[in-house]
Amino acid sequence: MSLHELRQISVLLENKAGRLAVIAGALQENGVNILAFTIAEAEGFGVVRIIVDDPAKARRSLEAQGLAVTENRMMALRMLDEPGGLYGISRILGEQDINMEYAYAFNRPGKAILILKVTDINTALPRIEASYPEFLEECSGYQHC
Amino acid sequence: MPFFNHAIETLRRSEIEEMQLKLLRAQARRMYERSPFYHARMREVEVMPDDITRLDDVRRLPTTKKTDLRDNYPDKLFVPPLEKIVRYHVSSGTTGQPTVVAYTRNDIEMWSESLARAFASTGMGESDVIQVANGYGLFSGGMGMHYAGEKLGATVLPAGTGNTRRQVQFMMDLPVTCIACTPSYMLQIAEVAQSMGVSLQDDTRLERGILGAEPWSDSMKAKIEDEAGIKAYNCYGASELSGPLFTECEAQDGIHVWGDMALVEIIDPDTGEACADGEKGEMIVTMLQKEAMPLLRYRIGDMSSLSWDPCECGREHPRLMRLTGRVDDMMVIRGINVFPSQVEHLLYEVPEVGKNFQIVVDRVGNLDTMLIKVELEPEAFTDDILKLRHINRQVADGLKAVLNIKVEVQLVGPGTLPKGESEKASRVIDKRVM
Repeated sequence: MSLHELRQISVLLENKAGRLAVIAGALQENGVNILAFTIAEAEGFGVVRIIVDDPAKARRSLEAQGLAVTENRMMALRMLDEPGGLYGISRILGEQDINMEYAYAFNRPGKAILILKVTDINTALPRIEASYPEFLEECSGYQHC
Repeated sequence: MPFFNHAIETLRRSEIEEMQLKLLRAQARRMYERSPFYHARMREVEVMPDDITRLDDVRRLPTTKKTDLRDNYPDKLFVPPLEKIVRYHVSSGTTGQPTVVAYTRNDIEMWSESLARAFASTGMGESDVIQVANGYGLFSGGMGMHYAGEKLGATVLPAGTGNTRRQVQFMMDLPVTCIACTPSYMLQIAEVAQSMGVSLQDDTRLERGILGAEPWSDSMKAKIEDEAGIKAYNCYGASELSGPLFTECEAQDGIHVWGDMALVEIIDPDTGEACADGEKGEMIVTMLQKEAMPLLRYRIGDMSSLSWDPCECGREHPRLMRLTGRVDDMMVIRGINVFPSQVEHLLYEVPEVGKNFQIVVDRVGNLDTMLIKVELEPEAFTDDILKLRHINRQVADGLKAVLNIKVEVQLVGPGTLPKGESEKASRVIDKRVM
């Protein structure tokens, strides 16, 4: 795994009271820590996307609840935690012709991390590494973040 | 015009039954001679046309089920000569397979006559203007009302369904005295009229509604009569029988079934035994004069009771007293018949979803809504919202095409819906208060 890659766990979220609690509860019971989290909403259902400290364990515990789970390779980039941080990254993505499907960001003390779902991560990663090494951040697990 | 066909409408019970026996014998003979389907069926149960000597002998004839219609799609139940067929209508079947109903010129005549008599029995006549707000087209409702209105000599406005503001406008601009539509659509019209500042009672000449094609209660009837300031007459029929055929008369106490058109039996669905006069059971209908596609002892699926008590209107043709439900799991949504098996059938065509489903029917305002929950197959789950929405739409579009009504589809997780055949009841949650 590249240094700039994270595994994201996605779970189908039904439009029913208490469903999110089932997901969060399963992670809590298994001692999985959630670093970042977002919900994408569609017609009558949603998809919960989470970045955790232990993706394999998270997946196991969610599947044990009978939930529909899938994993995705995400690009994780450290941004400068100051005005212009996102601008720097987005300019690079544009210049390198990297197509993104969706993105979200989270903060760790002193660090801003941008999580990107890109259309083709295998070509996107080397391009980013080659063009802007100053933005590299070791993210191969959460412990580096 | 109190009677449309005085001679027949004023027959006494004994005369009606005598006529029914004659017609039944003739129909059984014709079916045996001309219908390959009924010929085989009658041989199976070993009944010859001449064995029908009393009206009760109808019970010796074979019954016809909805599955027979499906299995003989599209035309195997048509009775030669086929060149005498002048029209088709199409109704929903229990699966993806619809039912094609054929009519000869005489079938259209008799159908119109039946409903024209019914219209007259509500007090309508030549001076009436009937706004037909039933669906026109493959569905038999609109054209049935239309032809009957013209047969009666009334004026027909073929408004069709939808565009409710325009429906109200027509009632203001033309001397419309009667509307034909579903009960829920009548409430919708009343509501829209109100929002337009129109009083159906004071600003229009509307007096009657011929309402049917979906189940409704006495309280809904009272609400309609109150809100629209009209008399609401219940209407009964089915495409397989022709279309809308019978209504309540002025007395509004049961639906007269013209004895020369149809022979109705009420049986105990469990034992198959005939029910007593006025006792509730499963309806079985034999069309006595249909030519192109007559159904013998058709198990139409409705529960009702039949009363031969003379009606205060003076007619002795028997009355369906109250439609109390279904033998099967058919639902009527916005006037359209829907079988859960149709949904099941469609789901087999979408590999991304499981075969378990749940139908939630509700009424929002006056309109029925139908939500179908389907389970996503575990391997079909993806993080890609667009793909998931595509699956959702594929199911929704497929159901729309099969059911002919708009449905909302909700994807749920694998294994989250109640399972299997044994819990059939939980497959449909009907929250509507009729």
